[in-house]
Amino acid sequence: MSLLLEPSAEQIEQEKIYQEMGVKDEEFEMIKKILGRLPNYTEIGLFSVMWSEHCSYKHSKAQLKKFPTEGERVLQGPGEGAGIIDIGDEQAVVFKMESHNHPSAIEPYQGAATGVGGILRDVFSMGARPVAIMNSLRFGELVKPRVKYLFEEVVAGIAGYGNCIGVPTVGGEVQFDPSYEGNPLVNAMCVGLIDHKDIQKGIASGAGNTVIYVGASTGKDGIHGATFASEEISDESESKRPSVQVGDPFMEKLLLEACLELVKCESLVGIQDMGAAGLTSSSAEMASKAGSGIEMNLDTVPQRELNMSPYEMMLSESQERMLLVVKQGEEKEIHDICSHWGLHSAEIGHVIDDQRLVLWHNGEKVADVPVDALAEDAPVYYPESREPEAFRKRQQQKAWRPDVSDAKETLTDLLKQPTVASKEWVYDQYDYMVRTNTAVMPGSDAAVLRVRGKDKALAMTTDCNARYLGLDPEQGGKIVIAEASRNIICSGGLPLGLTDCLNYGNPEKPEIYWQFEKSIDGMTEACKTLETPVIGGNVSLYNETQNGAIYPTPVVGMVGLIKELAHITTQEFKQAGDAVYVIGEAGEDFGGSEIQEMQTGSIDGRAPELDLDTEYRRQRDVLKAIQAGLVQSAHDVSEGGLAVALAESTFGTGLGAEAVITGEVIDELFAETQSRYVISVAAENRKAFEETVPDARYAGRVTEEATLHLLKESGETILQASAKELENAWKGAIPCLVKSKA
Amino acid sequence: MKFAVIVFPGSNCDDDMYYAIQEGLGEPVDKVWYTEESVADYDGILLPGGFSYGDYLRSGAIARFAPVMASVVEQAEKGKPVLGVCNGFQVLLEAGLLPGAMQRNRSLKFICRPASLVVANHETGFTSEYGESERITIPVAHGEGNYYCDDETLKDLQASNQIVFTYEDNFNGSKEAIAGIINKQGNVMGMMPHPERATDQILGSDDGLKIFQSILKQWRKSHVLTT
Repeated sequence: MSLLLEPSAEQIEQEKIYQEMGVKDEEFEMIKKILGRLPNYTEIGLFSVMWSEHCSYKHSKAQLKKFPTEGERVLQGPGEGAGIIDIGDEQAVVFKMESHNHPSAIEPYQGAATGVGGILRDVFSMGARPVAIMNSLRFGELVKPRVKYLFEEVVAGIAGYGNCIGVPTVGGEVQFDPSYEGNPLVNAMCVGLIDHKDIQKGIASGAGNTVIYVGASTGKDGIHGATFASEEISDESESKRPSVQVGDPFMEKLLLEACLELVKCESLVGIQDMGAAGLTSSSAEMASKAGSGIEMNLDTVPQRELNMSPYEMMLSESQERMLLVVKQGEEKEIHDICSHWGLHSAEIGHVIDDQRLVLWHNGEKVADVPVDALAEDAPVYYPESREPEAFRKRQQQKAWRPDVSDAKETLTDLLKQPTVASKEWVYDQYDYMVRTNTAVMPGSDAAVLRVRGKDKALAMTTDCNARYLGLDPEQGGKIVIAEASRNIICSGGLPLGLTDCLNYGNPEKPEIYWQFEKSIDGMTEACKTLETPVIGGNVSLYNETQNGAIYPTPVVGMVGLIKELAHITTQEFKQAGDAVYVIGEAGEDFGGSEIQEMQTGSIDGRAPELDLDTEYRRQRDVLKAIQAGLVQSAHDVSEGGLAVALAESTFGTGLGAEAVITGEVIDELFAETQSRYVISVAAENRKAFEETVPDARYAGRVTEEATLHLLKESGETILQASAKELENAWKGAIPCLVKSKA
Repeated sequence: MKFAVIVFPGSNCDDDMYYAIQEGLGEPVDKVWYTEESVADYDGILLPGGFSYGDYLRSGAIARFAPVMASVVEQAEKGKPVLGVCNGFQVLLEAGLLPGAMQRNRSLKFICRPASLVVANHETGFTSEYGESERITIPVAHGEGNYYCDDETLKDLQASNQIVFTYEDNFNGSKEAIAGIINKQGNVMGMMPHPERATDQILGSDDGLKIFQSILKQWRKSHVLTT
């Protein structure tokens, strides 16, 4: 909309034009009260994006407060671009995860690519060198052409951006379920490393200091992206394609290197990425945090197109842009660094004492609003919460049991389920080795990166089994945290903390809000017991299509510290003759299991139980055993149950295993009871291991012969299968599904 | 022996190459920005992987016009060892220092994995530390690594033993499974696999180290002779 055609303040009120921007009637009244007058078109635009769910967390704030956010290692909790945790040696790890679901549903390649670009900027704007990218993806079942298209393009988009910028994509997770058809989830996480002395904050302090814009020019792409991300996906969403940004990883590579030099300059006061809500959020948030204001002349903003209006410039979500605040008179140093990297830098305004965002355009004042009103004063909603009738019924149901006549066949089928199957087809497209620190490649429980020059490493994982949350959000919420930390433990690390990406349906529906509330309760309890503070994250609501809401999917990205490189542990068996141990016994936990989904096509019943004290004790025991050098391999039992975990431990090794299964065989093999592990131990360490991990049961041994042989205590064979055949089934499933015609 | 790692805008394996020389080989090394006019002070020149100029137009097509390249070509003609890896190989092809061209991988997808290679010629200044037809594992990570040349060029490459590495499993569709070639003079080599990523067991393999050790050995030999 050109400047001349913009509606007047009176029209905005009378014709309720604000509603098109997602502003509610009562919110418009609040804005009027704050300003003491009617907002003009630019001003209502500023409020609409800053008060969108995506930027203001207005429906989620009240719940997010429950999370534990502190710990002795936490240097920066939620509120900045990314959270920071101390890892010793005056070093820290910086990480954050964010969603790019709505854009990816419409334009999957660019949606996913810019998701990666955005999360990278959050981390390097803190002054940290990004060392790894992770992701968590959800799609419908890999049957329909549209779903395959989304899957292939999202993976290509992540690869296209990450590979080009040269930050390794070291791992992640992909799951497939009808609940995500039409509304895929694309959550990207970035992990960075920083020396304590280089930590930066996004603040705009010191009246008179200069506001400098660095990076790509501002275009008309992504206008109202944050608002679009705060509504349900419908047939009209296709028309929102212009709200999807287009990424340029080459530009971002230059911006990344320039920023890492800029943050070492004394003249730099603050720096923030122009992400969601672009220039509006970066300027308003930096000023609000510093208790100051910002005045900008929009004529000086680098523009990609002619005649852009203030509204368009302020709401554009063009990628690869940074906003800096620099000491007055010391701008040259900053411009020189930018120019070395071939980047455009422009002085577009300055810090003012008055806590307002003041915008000028063509010599006229086009906006004048209090920064706190934009950044802090969005309304906080406490939506109605209602326990669904279906939940109550499920809790009283008799447990469902699978039908297993041939255990080998069932195991083979489970290994072919896309959620369980090898994700090699995916990670083969990601450069997971660039920067030469990747010590454990994708495919194990957690990815591991060495810290160059130090005898220590970082373990990282993303996790969420949303089926459990679909059945029971509180229980499922606990399991998410437990499983993520179990994965860190299995790689030899101590969990340090986590970032989350909370993906839900429309919170204004009471049963969805109930899911949100309950899952946060569950996660909070688990975070407290397992000592994993939440240091940042993102909320993505309104993940709904006409077919309903997605499963509640609070994805967790967790990072752990491996104290010595010698502690790095993987899931594969290492040597014939090693003893195989199983930790934990199975119960009748088939609700939400892979086998239930496979055999019935849906999930029902109760989610698996989780005892947090047992979980904690076993985690600490296993870590102690690893650190004492007693463990050859460690793998947690997750989707598919123990049989799948045992089979996976043989994959890629050329070895086999022979194990005795005690108790109720079907439960033991296929139930998804929590807090369980498969561990292999060298024969000479058996005694020490058993003393360290009292819950471990000796089950058998790793064999030279590449066969998985499971027996009952009586000696009767339950299943005997070639490890190679199982591996082929597991490896071939996804390539086969992608290629097959619907 | 003093090495230069050329850094173009968009190079992203420059640090990896730098550390391979500094930590893996233990020799002095500098990163040289693309605007520098001379690399005459260096004994060996390394063109790293990455996406120089965002791979816009064609991989390596813009980088070959970077100011520093004139000096790289000049030093190559003088006989100094020049190694191009991945995007560096693509730049050498575009600069005409090596014959042939790259197409997109047969799968049309980026491929990252540890690759099994055969050392097809172990009698070069880059491969003398390997045994005859030695099998090695060096990672690949590329979208355009499908080597192509016409039949006449291929015959010529074969006749003068210029094919240095081949893939055991030709996953990207390269002509004759070619993974790396050398020029007739034997001082310019290009390869798609990343030896700098295989210099430490913790990364899964240190098979790539021998390339750098071979370069150093060759240089020491000639250095002793000339001084």
